Amino acid sequence: MRNDLILRVGTKLILPFILLFALYVQMHGDYGPGGGFQAGVIGAGSIILYALIFGTEKAKDVVPQRVVEKMIPLGVLLYAGTGVVSMLQGNNYLNYTGFHPDFLHAHEWGILIVELGVLITVAGTMMALFYAFAERGR
Amino acid sequence: MTLLSVFVLPFLAADPGAAAVQVRSAESLDTGLDLFILSLMLTLLAAVTVAIVRNRNMFGVVILFGVYSFLMASVMMTLDAVDVAMTEAAVGAGISTVLFLATLHLTGSMEYPQPRNVLLPLFVSIGVGGALVYGTFYLPAFGIADAPMHVHTAPRFIEMSKDHQMPPNMVTAVLADFRAFDTLGETAVIFTGGLAVLMLLGGRRKKLQGEPDEPAPNDAVNITASGVNGESLSGKVQGRTEA
Repeated sequence: MRNDLILRVGTKLILPFILLFALYVQMHGDYGPGGGFQAGVIGAGSIILYALIFGTEKAKDVVPQRVVEKMIPLGVLLYAGTGVVSMLQGNNYLNYTGFHPDFLHAHEWGILIVELGVLITVAGTMMALFYAFAERGR
Repeated sequence: MTLLSVFVLPFLAADPGAAAVQVRSAESLDTGLDLFILSLMLTLLAAVTVAIVRNRNMFGVVILFGVYSFLMASVMMTLDAVDVAMTEAAVGAGISTVLFLATLHLTGSMEYPQPRNVLLPLFVSIGVGGALVYGTFYLPAFGIADAPMHVHTAPRFIEMSKDHQMPPNMVTAVLADFRAFDTLGETAVIFTGGLAVLMLLGGRRKKLQGEPDEPAPNDAVNITASGVNGESLSGKVQGRTEA
């Protein structure tokens, strides 16, 4: 597959759009279908596609393994930390009302941060799993 | 024509934002075309399942799993669960297919079933299946509007989204705000699951005695690639174990 011209060129053409779509799904999750989980899977899928076509080593140049392994706990920490911040503001755990004077804006901020945590954990896990399988296979 | 409607209609129905807020009543599901598409896809799902059970070539099974996921995603689209459809398509048909193929590279792609007594497995599956069917008798009817889950907290969620007190995509509002604690748990589950698989698979594998220093040149990527191109997977894997 690495020597297949059509796949190589096609992948190069389509990759930026997949990444952009992942970002769109992440940022637009408040308004349309999607959210952190879907965005994380789509983003990780783009890296896995890159690894399938250009080799795992090239993909590890883009997203190194140590970064991927740190992403897995980082997302959960970001999520749980958001709840701690809201507690420090005097609200319930994961009640975002204190993040902004406007109720709707406060909750949109909270949702955005929390979804970012989900994205980081999901994308990290998916890529780490793929790297682990590719590593094991050799 | 049918195929066209299956694939085009969900996209027409999925006006982003509006679709998320839209609540579908039981009557609209009964209107001909929707019901037809739904039953067609559920029939195909059953057919794919039978094919998965009967197939002994694991490569074919993995591809059929992908087909199953895409059908399931289409069913979810018909039911206006766009978020679930998106997840199903990305995870079921995308990532897990790749991971299954990588697993096949490690295990070989043919299943050799051992001849064994079928009575006990048959009894267990009929028993469990019967219990599950019996359990569905106590569920509220499909699509009914006054089921307990629709009358308890859901009206408040819908009201708040409608009055612009919450983001317009109700699914996101429920997932990441009203029930953010649940989603924290789900994220922790992904974290734990990923960690467990990494502990089983990952890390530098200790070199066994007598194993050559240079790793075999074909990795998962090569194998899955050749599998996609239609070459024999099992041949390569067997060749490697013999070497």
